Amino acid sequence: MTTSNSETKISRRGLLKSAWAAMGGLVFLETGGLALAYMQPRLAEGEFGSLITAGAVEDFPPGSVTHISNGRFYLSRLADGGFLALYQRCTHLGCNAPWDQAEGAFICPCHSSQFSADGSVLNPPAPRPLDTFPVSIQDGMVMVDTGKPTARQAYETPEAVYA
Amino acid sequence: MNQIENEPQSSSMVGRMLKTLSPAPLPNDDRGRMRMVLDNLVLHLHPARVPESTLRLSYTWGLGGLSAMLVMVLALTGVFLEMNYTPSPSQAYLDILSLRTNVWFGMLLRNLHHWSANLLVVVTLLHLLRVFYTGGHRAPRETNWLVGVTMLLLVLAANFTGYLLPWDQLAYWAVTVGTSILAYIPVAGPFISSLLLGGPEIGASTLLNFYSLHISFIPLTIAMLMSLHFWRVRKDGGLTIPKVNGEEPRVERVTTIPHLVRRELAFALVWLVILLTWALWVPAPLEAIANPEISPNPAKAPWYFMGIQELLLHFHPLVGAVIIPGLGLAALAFLPFYDVRIESVGVYFRSQRGRYLSLLASGLALLVVPTWVVVDETLIHWAEWLPTWPSLISNGLVPLAMVILGLVGLDEIFQRLYHTDQEERILVLFTFLLVGLLTLTAIGIFFRGPGMALVWPWDIALH
Repeated sequence: MTTSNSETKISRRGLLKSAWAAMGGLVFLETGGLALAYMQPRLAEGEFGSLITAGAVEDFPPGSVTHISNGRFYLSRLADGGFLALYQRCTHLGCNAPWDQAEGAFICPCHSSQFSADGSVLNPPAPRPLDTFPVSIQDGMVMVDTGKPTARQAYETPEAVYA
Repeated sequence: MNQIENEPQSSSMVGRMLKTLSPAPLPNDDRGRMRMVLDNLVLHLHPARVPESTLRLSYTWGLGGLSAMLVMVLALTGVFLEMNYTPSPSQAYLDILSLRTNVWFGMLLRNLHHWSANLLVVVTLLHLLRVFYTGGHRAPRETNWLVGVTMLLLVLAANFTGYLLPWDQLAYWAVTVGTSILAYIPVAGPFISSLLLGGPEIGASTLLNFYSLHISFIPLTIAMLMSLHFWRVRKDGGLTIPKVNGEEPRVERVTTIPHLVRRELAFALVWLVILLTWALWVPAPLEAIANPEISPNPAKAPWYFMGIQELLLHFHPLVGAVIIPGLGLAALAFLPFYDVRIESVGVYFRSQRGRYLSLLASGLALLVVPTWVVVDETLIHWAEWLPTWPSLISNGLVPLAMVILGLVGLDEIFQRLYHTDQEERILVLFTFLLVGLLTLTAIGIFFRGPGMALVWPWDIALH
């Protein structure tokens, strides 16, 4: 058998077949891309996701945690005066983890994850601290950008913003 | 031409119409009955004759037929429910309330739909178990096993998408938890989750997405796969034939009409009565309107996902909700390709010894799994013992390795004590994992109270 020659040559039929296959694959990819683009989230204009004014700096005493409901976050002022905006969504499975003043912790009702006032995990199963929103202080007002939640692996002091 | 003239003409047009519509009389002979099966579109699902031994209720329990009947009930009630439902957050809950108060028989329809859907999950699972324990997944029925497993997943998907539609607290938070699980799928997870939700959180887009999947894509796919499933049953030579004392019996075939059809009709009627009675007495649950601000305590997933939710209390989500269910599902789907012995097909639990081993494995699971849950809850704190390790390893892969070690140990013990062969090893592990999953599900449903703490069922306030 002399197969060495036929291995390197491409027959006309073979070429056409691969061309058809390539075109079919291309059409498939294009259709898939169209479908994905079509199904992209349709974001509605709303309060959540924009820059939110939480209140004046002096409204939040050090060591307090305040729920800002239209921004879906808790404004936590640490004992040293630093501000943190913590997304209310539990990092485990997305339930709201409300602040429990008596326990001094965010306690998620779904799987009993607990977070401290700076968002660190006190009790698993939550795999990481509560997400944060960027905080800025302008003219004595605390502003929070709820458009960009930041996932973090641990609490580090520089995250807090000071007046 | 002559024939027409010879037939007695009905005197009126009405008479001729009635004659066309009236069903052909049932033939009295076997030949005529077999002919009737072949000539009828619906009856043609069946062969003209079936082995008598496969008709025994205690062999099949009629579970496949019951699943098909429930799908029909769901399709019919579903169409009527759609006529009184608008998939928008402002209207959906009000529509469900109005089914209760304004629409004739609206509540009955919703109850029927709700309970049939829940029953369908149970019945399809039992159907799968019946097939597994009689060896019906083995050659030549591998393809149909895969089709069946796919349909089980679609039934769960149909249930889950339907769960959101009433837009009450139960719906909102169960779906929040369910879709957050998806986000833990490596790489594509967050993308899939946001695609399904149509945004970062559950909202109007999510409701519309779920509604359209629930009423079109999922039921259509199920209907197509059902046809494939039925067709393959016949292609693969019908049902597996039960063995008598391990012996291949001589196959006695009887005509489908009346032997099979009569049983199917009677069985369907009995179940319709049960369903209707149940739906008349027990209302489908409906809680307060969905409130994105307040998660109820405890917030539980739909009951059929409580086993996975229980796993989430013990493992990092990637392990508890993706790796373990993924491995389990793969093991289930590929079962016919490594559990291949065809000698024991048609014998429940493979053999008399297999029954004993299965019973033993079930008992062990009933003992070991609750013990593990309590011990893991109270004594084991991987995250504290390995504080510098990432949560995925300390709270995920380490305990997973322990569980796998435990399963290997179990297999080893059975091999030492009972010299189990490969078929029996698969039987024991399958049964242990199945009863384990059912136990976890029961713990999640009945023994988890506020904050997902372990409590006795009678201490959970009933509402």
